[in-house]
Amino acid sequence: MATKIYVPRETSAVSVGADEVAVAIARAAKQAGTSIELIRNGSWGASWLEPLVEVDVDGVRIAYGNVTADDVAGLFAAGLGGEHGKRLGPINEIPYLISQDRWTFWRCGLTDPLSLEDFRLHQGFKALEKAFADGPQAVLEAVTASGLRGRGGAGFPTGIKWQTVADTEADQKYIACNADEGDSGTFSDRLLMEGDPLGLIESMAIAGYAVGASKGYIYLRSEYPLTHRILTRALELARDNGWLGKDIQGSGFDFDIELHLGAGSYVCGEETAMLESLEGKKGIVRYKPPLPAHEGLFGKPTVVNNVVTLASVPNIVNLGGERYAGMGVNRSKGTLAFQLAGNIKRGGLVEKSFGVTVRELIDEYGGGTASGRPVKAVQVGGPLGAYLPAEQLDTPLDYEAFTEIGALIGHGGIVVFDDTADMAQQARFAMEFCALESCGKCTPCRIGSTRGVEVIDKMIAGDSRDENYDLLVELCDTMEDASLCAMGGMTPYPVRSVLTHFAEDFASSGGKQ
Amino acid sequence: MTQGIDREATSGIVGEYGAKPEYLVQILQAIVMRHGWISEDAIRQLAFELNLSRADVYGVVNYYHDFRTTPPGKHIVKICQAEACQAMGSRALTEHAHEALGAGFHETSNDVTLEPVYCLGNCACAPAVMIDSKTHGRVDAERFDDLVAGLGESG
Repeated sequence: MATKIYVPRETSAVSVGADEVAVAIARAAKQAGTSIELIRNGSWGASWLEPLVEVDVDGVRIAYGNVTADDVAGLFAAGLGGEHGKRLGPINEIPYLISQDRWTFWRCGLTDPLSLEDFRLHQGFKALEKAFADGPQAVLEAVTASGLRGRGGAGFPTGIKWQTVADTEADQKYIACNADEGDSGTFSDRLLMEGDPLGLIESMAIAGYAVGASKGYIYLRSEYPLTHRILTRALELARDNGWLGKDIQGSGFDFDIELHLGAGSYVCGEETAMLESLEGKKGIVRYKPPLPAHEGLFGKPTVVNNVVTLASVPNIVNLGGERYAGMGVNRSKGTLAFQLAGNIKRGGLVEKSFGVTVRELIDEYGGGTASGRPVKAVQVGGPLGAYLPAEQLDTPLDYEAFTEIGALIGHGGIVVFDDTADMAQQARFAMEFCALESCGKCTPCRIGSTRGVEVIDKMIAGDSRDENYDLLVELCDTMEDASLCAMGGMTPYPVRSVLTHFAEDFASSGGKQ
Repeated sequence: MTQGIDREATSGIVGEYGAKPEYLVQILQAIVMRHGWISEDAIRQLAFELNLSRADVYGVVNYYHDFRTTPPGKHIVKICQAEACQAMGSRALTEHAHEALGAGFHETSNDVTLEPVYCLGNCACAPAVMIDSKTHGRVDAERFDDLVAGLGESG
């Protein structure tokens, strides 16, 4: 029997040498005359251990962390699965992984993402079959009962959105999967699409079946070329085996998916800008109403959901909405895939029930900063999220608790900065990024962001600092109250948090950049 | 590459998308990925073949960062400028890159074009750099030099 060896084919793993490791393993096996089966799995999400190689020994997957191509000879010399300085033990005993609540990401790392057989062995398409058996309304009820909210950032109840589209009469409806994951510090969509692309396809088919849509789109950012290759292949696999297309598995339900690429615009992650881009136009935000659920893509009722939102659904169908709603706290039900990033020792994806605190994630999972210096600030929720000072890190991750402190959870990105960070520069960057990425439709965002950079530059230079402080607060009020979408409306969040918690940095900033 | 895409290739890509204007972003992306940049001639031809005004096409080209209208070097090096990479020293890495390559952002030197990028989704392995279409993680100055060594002359 060939020994199974797993080497992730996932952007982060590949970015630190996984392909070279895979090549070295294949070569070493050939030289040693050892029969192996090399499986390019998804990543478990423990990015700090990548490249993370696993060797199957009698059904137990033995993990080795941070493997380099140079280590491979030693791994073979020690006997596959044997003692080695980089041996971590069985993958299912690694504390970072086993203490998580893996509802949505449970197949990531475990399976070969491009093997339909492996997918089927691990519950693949079971939920779609159950949906066909139970009928669309049962799916809608399960999703509503789960309390699932949009994981892209806005947190809108998914069940209500789906029911609205289902109840809207139209000759054509669409499912639009938002995979334009532009927030810095986030990579959960990517990890899911690379590690379980067939799971996303199943999720979209379930959504289509539930609301009566026969066509889906995935809007993938162009910064993810490996994801694009994996998704393209997964779509072919599904189509070739009758899981997409006409009359799926004899159910009478037609559904197919088109994969579209973005073109480097951050604001296209905003749902209406994304719809414009899917229609081949500039990614300019639309006025709402009408809501996309009523008039979305090409004017038709459209479910717009983030990758992780959709991918949470198969288990809700399989296990029941109540099971999902039993996790989490208050109105934040279920789990979120938190992403530990930036200056952190053990960065990666941690899927946990809501209610865990930022500090628990950073200390217990993240192990503190990578630099070993104290944490100064933590930006939660991407470039539109507030910078939390150390004293706010005990805030539980709960949508409403975050709203209360003027912060947001967003897509679950957690970016850690140590005490060398210059927060005045971070506030400046928030405005600069908004100026760069604004779609230009509304004035507060288009002009306000540029004025914001100028005012912050004056504060850093020590030019009428107090007056400019007041002016910046006023500018933030205007942007927040009068912008058309979250881009201009929430750029003030990180800026205000710096003003509130790190105002002294305006005096000490060297005026760099 | 400096000539941009020819008429036949442009028509070929338009044909792949059924000559439908709603695929304009996809068509432009395909042109950039295969031919590097979008020429004035290509804009004119796309407008004609998709039955759009040149202003419509130009507006879309101009809107998206990916759609360059000047030829890039043989290789494109992108350095992430977003927060997670900033927290791991991307500002210093960027300074180093400017010096090492002799190019500012949006500039080409020795056939290598340097560009900023805002998040490559490799935030747990920061700082991140993309060279052509491959993402590299945990890039410090030394690793950067190794990665770009030989790019200029190798082609």
